[in-house]
Amino acid sequence: MSDFVSDFWSIYITVIVIVGIVGLTYLLFSQSKTTVQKGEEVKTMGHVWDDDLEEYNNPLPRWWMLMFYITLIFGAVYLVLYPGLGTWKGIRGWTSVGQYKEEKAQAEAKYQPLYDKFMKMDVKTVAADPEAQAMGKRLFQTYCVQCHGSDARGAKGFPNLTDNDWLYGGTPEIIKTTLDNGRHGQMPAFGAAFGEEKVKDVANYAMSLSGKRHDAERASRGKETFTAVCAACHGADGKGNQALGAPNLTDNVWLYGGTEKTIIETVTNGRNNQMPAWKDFLGDGKVHLLTSYVWGLSNKTKAE
Amino acid sequence: METQSTYNYKVVRQFSIMTVVWGIVGMLVGVIIAAQLVWPELNFGPWFHYGRLRPLHTNAVIFAFGGCALFATSYYVVQRTCNVRLLSDKLAAFTFWGWQAVIVLAAITLPLGLTAGKEYAELEWPIDLLITVVWVAYAIVFFGTIAVRKVKHIYVANWFYGAFILAVALLHIVNSLAIPVSMWKSYSIYAGAVDAMVQWWYGHNAVGFFLTAAFLGMMYYFVPKQAGRPVYSYRLSVVHFWALIFTYMWAGPHHLHYTALPDWTQSLGMAFSLILFAPSWGGMINGIMTLSGAWHKLRTDPVLKFLVVSLSFYGMSTFEGPMMSIKTVNALSHYTDWTVGHVHSGALGWVAFISIGSLYYLLPRLFGRDGMHSTKLIEAHFWLATVGVVLYIAALWISGVMQGLMWRALNADGTLTYAFVEAVKATYPYHFVRLLGGLLFLSGMLIMAYNTFRTVAAGRPVDAKIPAVAAHAH
Repeated sequence: MSDFVSDFWSIYITVIVIVGIVGLTYLLFSQSKTTVQKGEEVKTMGHVWDDDLEEYNNPLPRWWMLMFYITLIFGAVYLVLYPGLGTWKGIRGWTSVGQYKEEKAQAEAKYQPLYDKFMKMDVKTVAADPEAQAMGKRLFQTYCVQCHGSDARGAKGFPNLTDNDWLYGGTPEIIKTTLDNGRHGQMPAFGAAFGEEKVKDVANYAMSLSGKRHDAERASRGKETFTAVCAACHGADGKGNQALGAPNLTDNVWLYGGTEKTIIETVTNGRNNQMPAWKDFLGDGKVHLLTSYVWGLSNKTKAE
Repeated sequence: METQSTYNYKVVRQFSIMTVVWGIVGMLVGVIIAAQLVWPELNFGPWFHYGRLRPLHTNAVIFAFGGCALFATSYYVVQRTCNVRLLSDKLAAFTFWGWQAVIVLAAITLPLGLTAGKEYAELEWPIDLLITVVWVAYAIVFFGTIAVRKVKHIYVANWFYGAFILAVALLHIVNSLAIPVSMWKSYSIYAGAVDAMVQWWYGHNAVGFFLTAAFLGMMYYFVPKQAGRPVYSYRLSVVHFWALIFTYMWAGPHHLHYTALPDWTQSLGMAFSLILFAPSWGGMINGIMTLSGAWHKLRTDPVLKFLVVSLSFYGMSTFEGPMMSIKTVNALSHYTDWTVGHVHSGALGWVAFISIGSLYYLLPRLFGRDGMHSTKLIEAHFWLATVGVVLYIAALWISGVMQGLMWRALNADGTLTYAFVEAVKATYPYHFVRLLGGLLFLSGMLIMAYNTFRTVAAGRPVDAKIPAVAAHAH
């Protein structure tokens, strides 16, 4: 695709650039002929400003002119070799996209065998391999730490990956699916449907499920609502549903926080959260290593 | 009429004093944000957060400190080299009060978070309009004064000041075009890569015309005056002037290497940035060679020291700039502290040094004194400032190159060797040294303020008489 909406602009740019470079060369050349003979005294221009401001008219320093000519020649040659003059592609046919693809292909050729080696092993074996673990850790430190933290313990809204508590499941296959396709976790907002009081009741019931201090009266009222509405995803026993990514509410692990205030906020406004998909960006080799690394984080003993 | 027989020094005095004041304010904010980078807990509330103070710092040092210095010296130089009083005292006074209003509005709106989001052009549309009006008035006063000059030839310093005034008008208007949606919010009329290109066409030419061409104008007056020597080469000044103002206009894309900007634009930006090297050095050569023959004066004259060192830093940063515009170098240097160091070698080493030197020349003459209150204090200022700049630049060179190398370092498996935060941690000691450098520079300015106060307090405002034009001046 051309960068120009019409040929006019390509010609416009080309003409100004060429006239510019030629013009600068001419300007320099036209002023470069004077020299001073040895012993000759340089005269001033004969103008005086503000009592004593005068100007000599020394010739241009040779080394400076040379430098100027060299940059002009470099500029001209560069614009023949590389794109610059409008739609002219340059003799070398270079593009930044081309350079990126080339570098990426080189990197793949160089590093792919390393990843191929581990692709042949299953996740549990890879998780026990020290070299693979070191590579997985480095990948994690580059791509995952922004959300999950350098210790993989997560943060508010970003799951802790070390506690063996899983929203979608922690088998190697499911972790790989999560990495490949990402996840979109959604809880609907119930603030308008329930009203303030009911939300508070449900929140207290949720707190009771994991044995937190709660208002028993509210919790018993909240149970009704929970069974009628919330149980659809979180289950009648509140243990959640990994097929939907609905969290277990009985284990006292909280993605957004387990205080009454935060739970009310969650129920009232719902939650909407996303983990990006990595399959296309990282490729199978890296996803495989990351799967093993993440699985290994909460399966230390099994991996060995 | 009395006012017709003297120069208008009043507006020069006003701008000169405010140069010192805004210099201290701007550099103080610089020191504060440098400290915030070392100790992030110094970010207090939204108003004193780094993100809001940083544009306040850049606006204060460039447009308040640098701007006042340029108004002061250009008004002084244009009068004295044209042998005529400024075209209009009222308009000149308007530019002073208008410009101060712009600065005060910037100091209020930027901490409040009101910003157009364009680097070095953050101020919102109502202030942009005020700037435009003030600038047009400035152009009328400056070019009007040249139009009524009593000397036939226009002195070289005025070419540079003139180019600066015209170019800044063009840059400011084109880059600030925006659609207001409320009193304090507007959106640029450009979008995407075009917006980025317009922004850096503006940004780089703000460096080129505001911070380079205009201060070369200053150089062309105060260096030969203080050295008592004729300018080295008229021919060189002609060649480098035209080459400089033509070429600068093309260099902006080097701020956008390896971005969504089309390849052809990036190539042109790099080619012309390299061509810009010699025209930039033309000014340095003319300045330094003007001094040759007066080197002995350097031993006793700290004002001359400021001027010489400013030219050295000018030469260094105009070598560094074209080098950093080479794509291969830029791939390492871009987004690192190296860029920040480069800017400061120009801003502190060149712009601030030449302004300070020129002010030390100017102040006694504006207040009827033979010299500043204390030459020793000028000497002290010189050494504090020099050591400050050197510490600043050296620290950021090291941390910049280190960041660049850490960001690109790869393990044997192609993964990054360092997490981003490791590079941040590694820069701490250098950011501390940079803070020290900034503190030294600021303390030099405080000494200058004291010296200025004593000079002014013991003097009285003087407006020099306009001499009759000598016959040989045509």
